[in-house]
Amino acid sequence: MRKVYVFIALVLTFAVVLASEITEVKIGAGWEMTGPIAGFGQMSWDGVKLAMKLRPTVRIGGKDVPVKVVLLDNKGDKAEAANVVKRLIDVEKVVAILGPCTSSCALAAGAIAEQKQVPMVTNTATNPLVTQNRRFIFRACFIDPMQGELLAKFAWEQLGSKNVAIMVDVAQDYVVGLANYFKRKFAQLGGKFFEEYYNTGDQDFTAQLTDALSKKPDTIFLPGYYSEIALICKQARELGFKGNFLAGDGADAPELIQIGGKFVEGLYYTTYFHQDADLSPATKPFVEAYVKEYNRRPDAFGALAFDAYNLVLDAIERAQSLDPVAIRDALAATKDFQGVGGSITYPEGSGDPVKPAVINTVKNGQFMLMTVVRP
Amino acid sequence: MNFAGFLQHLVNAFSLGGIYALIAIGYTMVYGILRLINFAHGDIFTYGIYFAFYGVILFLMPWWAAFIFSIFVTAFLGAFIERIAYRPLRNAPRISALITAIGVSFFLENFAIVVFGGRAKSFNPQTGIYPTSFLNMIDIGDVKIPVLTFITIGIVVLALLLLMWIVYKTKIGMAMRAISKDIPTTKLMGVNADRVISFTFMLGSGLAAIGGILWAMKYPQVYPYTGMIPGLKAFIAAVVGGIGSIQGAMIGGFILGISEIMIVAFVPSLAGYRDAFAYAILLFVLLVKPTGILGVEVSEKV
Repeated sequence: MRKVYVFIALVLTFAVVLASEITEVKIGAGWEMTGPIAGFGQMSWDGVKLAMKLRPTVRIGGKDVPVKVVLLDNKGDKAEAANVVKRLIDVEKVVAILGPCTSSCALAAGAIAEQKQVPMVTNTATNPLVTQNRRFIFRACFIDPMQGELLAKFAWEQLGSKNVAIMVDVAQDYVVGLANYFKRKFAQLGGKFFEEYYNTGDQDFTAQLTDALSKKPDTIFLPGYYSEIALICKQARELGFKGNFLAGDGADAPELIQIGGKFVEGLYYTTYFHQDADLSPATKPFVEAYVKEYNRRPDAFGALAFDAYNLVLDAIERAQSLDPVAIRDALAATKDFQGVGGSITYPEGSGDPVKPAVINTVKNGQFMLMTVVRP
Repeated sequence: MNFAGFLQHLVNAFSLGGIYALIAIGYTMVYGILRLINFAHGDIFTYGIYFAFYGVILFLMPWWAAFIFSIFVTAFLGAFIERIAYRPLRNAPRISALITAIGVSFFLENFAIVVFGGRAKSFNPQTGIYPTSFLNMIDIGDVKIPVLTFITIGIVVLALLLLMWIVYKTKIGMAMRAISKDIPTTKLMGVNADRVISFTFMLGSGLAAIGGILWAMKYPQVYPYTGMIPGLKAFIAAVVGGIGSIQGAMIGGFILGISEIMIVAFVPSLAGYRDAFAYAILLFVLLVKPTGILGVEVSEKV
């Protein structure tokens, strides 16, 4: 008797599957939702949630098909980031993947996506290696060689820095890379610099800072992530440092100010987006929608995650197919896509768009826009 | 490195080592009595910070009241964990209790993510969590000593004296020492072993809460994994000092704090690997004197 029930159930399941051609488009998302850099993942997810609300369907074969985004948490861990992508592809059968935010996670996740031939769009992983020699990996942000050069020029020209202490997190590809691009340009300009090292998750930097301050730097460059940046700024000021703080896009989370408090006042950093920056015609409507939805001003990670979602939907519509390889080809052919963080065009054979950057500063406990730099 | 620089490093080292010592004492007490490495101790530390944080933010307590509240709630959390997770395994093989401890640790971490959220919360005086004057610096020549360092070392010494008094001068302390030798015999003498063990967990967890609050004042943030690294370091400190010995945990904590700061001070290029250095110390001690510095050889009864 039991066998008969099972048989009927199976027949019914098949009938349902056959009757529905394409009823839903499944996109995967793997972000740093918990762990020491949870802020990045949570901001990105907020951006995607808004994007889903504004554009819940994708038009395939003259039919509006609902989009479903499956979110998994990679805990900011490289190995977990790869597992997440594996599960999204093998178990959830997604056609494309959004995220992760950080370069180390994107490198690990990208290796799996590339091997399984499913396109992945990271919103904010800036290390050049993330997309290098990979056909299926794309990004919505600029890359670190440009960011590092920009920071070096800013330090030399605007801050008048001559001797820079660089705090390097040896465990993060992003940090090591950004420090190197900064050093190359800063040396070219004639500046001096030296490095101090730490590891992700360290909370005590007094030893490195005591050593660094004995070499009298005028600027401390912090190419790391916000929670370490906040702690380093606090401890450096407590040890009597009076100079400038400079950081990359890893600084861009509200936690920087919440944790760093008055110690991060006057910090300068480069990033992808600021609500007051005129980056593209899409920026203003996005800012309005975001404020209406969350009752706070949008951040860079959410803005680029919003762009990543729309990039994928755009590609699916142009491909008119749910085949990951076809979606990849459509993504590679993206031209003048009007994202909220600037227009995106992928050069032939590359997943790296050429985009403007903004320089922000912390003033009165707020992120303030200083300038927009166009490539 | 000049002399002022060296003194500055020493100050930094003592303030870090003091916190390691406080957490290590919790590990060592539980181990001394139950022969159980309570891997959830680092997470209890995290909860101590959260309780203090919510005491101020949610229940609008004055900071000192919130801190005392946190110490007590954390102490009861420790006893509660012992009651539901470890007591049923009292007569089970030791490995089962160890695995349970790891399970409890995972549970606490994930529960914190669900309840408190995955994002870091700020533990800054701007939100009124503690007076801003704690952040002041006292300049002695070229050396800058945070007020917090004095507070930390003062509290560590006070806590240790209090603990010594409890363990060596009170009745329950005597019971604790007896239980650490032999549980069944102690029971035969009419001691309520379960109650003494609960009390030990409360003491250890209360100390973890104090350590957590001091830690969060120094590094002003709290997230569900805050206690992982300090917990691991304190575990190493307890083993280095001789697990089971309170004085040993204290010494181990300071040794770890000092050597971690000094490795960065003298070999800055190795600063990224200071965690590895802590493990190297652990391995070295295990190879040379497996019982730790103040540990005593325990001969297994056959």
